[in-house]
Amino acid sequence: MKASEAARDAQPIAATADKNSAGPRARISADFLFRNLSAAVAMLVAISLLGILIALWREGWEALHHFGWRFLVSTSWNPVSEHFGALVFIVGTLISSAIALVIAVPVSFGIALFISEMAPRWLRNPVSAAIELLAAIPSIIYGMWGLLVFAPWFSNFEPWINDHLGALPGIGLLFQGPPMGIGMLSAGIVLGIMIIPFIAAIMRDVFLITPAPLKESAYAMGATKWEVARKVILPYTRTAVTGGIFLGLGRALGETMAVTFIIGNANNLSASLLMPGSSIASVIANEFTEATTHLYKSALLALGLILFVITFIVLVLAKLLLLRLDRMEGRKA
Amino acid sequence: MFKSLKSRLAVLAVASVFSLGANAAQITGAGSTWVYPLVAKWSVVYAKETGIQVNYQAIGSGGGIAQIKAGTVAFGASDMPLTPEELTKNGLIQFPTAIAGEDLVYNLPGIKAGELILSGPVVADIYLGKIKQWNDPAIAKLNPGLKLPDMAITVVHRSDGSGTTFTFADYLSKISPEWKAKVGANTSIAWPVGVGGKGNEGVASYVQRIRGSIGYVEYAYILESKLDYARMYNRDGKLVSPSLQGFQDAAAHVDFTKAKDFYVILTDQPGPGTWPISGCTWQILRKDAPKATNEAVTRFFDWGFEKGQSMARSIAFGPLPPSTVDAIKAYWKQNLGI
Repeated sequence: MKASEAARDAQPIAATADKNSAGPRARISADFLFRNLSAAVAMLVAISLLGILIALWREGWEALHHFGWRFLVSTSWNPVSEHFGALVFIVGTLISSAIALVIAVPVSFGIALFISEMAPRWLRNPVSAAIELLAAIPSIIYGMWGLLVFAPWFSNFEPWINDHLGALPGIGLLFQGPPMGIGMLSAGIVLGIMIIPFIAAIMRDVFLITPAPLKESAYAMGATKWEVARKVILPYTRTAVTGGIFLGLGRALGETMAVTFIIGNANNLSASLLMPGSSIASVIANEFTEATTHLYKSALLALGLILFVITFIVLVLAKLLLLRLDRMEGRKA
Repeated sequence: MFKSLKSRLAVLAVASVFSLGANAAQITGAGSTWVYPLVAKWSVVYAKETGIQVNYQAIGSGGGIAQIKAGTVAFGASDMPLTPEELTKNGLIQFPTAIAGEDLVYNLPGIKAGELILSGPVVADIYLGKIKQWNDPAIAKLNPGLKLPDMAITVVHRSDGSGTTFTFADYLSKISPEWKAKVGANTSIAWPVGVGGKGNEGVASYVQRIRGSIGYVEYAYILESKLDYARMYNRDGKLVSPSLQGFQDAAAHVDFTKAKDFYVILTDQPGPGTWPISGCTWQILRKDAPKATNEAVTRFFDWGFEKGQSMARSIAFGPLPPSTVDAIKAYWKQNLGI
């Protein structure tokens, strides 16, 4: 944010410098054109965002108005009697994304650290390329892989999960269910695999730009690789790392096809992660084509609006988190 | 600058109108994914014979109904018929196209295709979550010769809105008062239990992978994927296997010719050979569309009724009885003057 302010301050100076240097008029007008063009493109993003928000609001209004705040807390989703509530899907979206983050963040950190700090030079590029290729795989492929390969394989472990984790007092409830291989936990794991490349790629890039003198000083003082990662690299790249994690989270929240394939698509709440559930994006994908009545369609679009708001809240939380980290840093110094 | 842009747009618009005019040999339709294989197959041969292209987009019945109401397509296809009141209100007409059916498939070790026998009330109780085990006395009673495992039943249903679900739920509503009161019938419903797979292939792959599961899929899909299907007791109390003949028997017993706007649903019909979970797809047209457009559509389906039946059979769609086809032609004459 500070950098952009500085850039804005610098603009008039650059402009005067341009005029003073008595360059050809064409250059100035080209510059003028370029600046306005970039501004227009930037505005386009803001306008489309606003447009989407308005459209979702307008279309979802009927359902929101009809059900009021109960839309947010009701667990019933009945297209026949037209009683719609979003809670099942909100919970499903948050839980599957949370599982994804729990898996993706440590793994991505390990991958990025390996590439930037430990991998021999010849291995660095192939591993990096593999990550970028993973990011390019369409989500429906992940969905099919999840359904046809991962779920049957994972179902072999579910009896074990039932017997061991399911037997624990308290959290055992989370791990009891039929060994189907599909459900909230599977969806979260596949989502985690899907967002690893995004988080890992950003972490790798910023780890690589951590100034060598910083790291070398730490090593010189006898720090281990872990200590350097934990106390030098991570604090230095904190902002970008958080940004990367939230980018991954944003993708997980809105992921549709892969989740639809393996979350199990049951429109009811269950305590266990092994049971099928539903997310906002998956229920919209499932039911939009056959939503014949106004209220039904409106309820689905209202779900879209809720997803929008959830994503927005997540971004705000990320910003606040960074601000707090900055302030703590300031206090320490 | 704006003026020139406007005039250029106008030229473009005029040009596109002309190109539409020149390309009148095209019919657009949208809707049901169930009927898509049939319309697609018919349209290829129809284009070869007549040079007329039929552009059909399988966007789902709900989408098809919305598009025909908005007037953006020449015909919409739906697996769930509209009521005569709704048709009148929107200036629409509808007629059936072809007959199909669906059946329950299962994954039980040691029990092969066609060996398991089910009845409507038992299926309803399984899908209501009241029958939870395969060795439940209600299932055992229907299958005295089978050794049913002591295994939990995993119910599988469609997660996407679908005419297959509508037909299935409509059947259960007719069979079970409890189902009718608690769940009802629609293209998407509030399932009391189970997991949802996307599309026929989603349900089929769940069933193939989860031991002790049961699901419902279209008959064409059972044939194609060689799934273990159940036999059912029909309304007459006869034990039947799913077959085209069984679907056609269902159609023969509903009198399409007597129902206003062909508003009849083929599930749970009488007749010794009738397959209980039979269904149908309707085409919906606008009364106020240009006569040439409606004529192009009716000619296509007329051709399909006459020449497309063996093609339909090859992909597990049953032809309509001749009396129904005659009734449809009379209906066209009466409502569209064609």
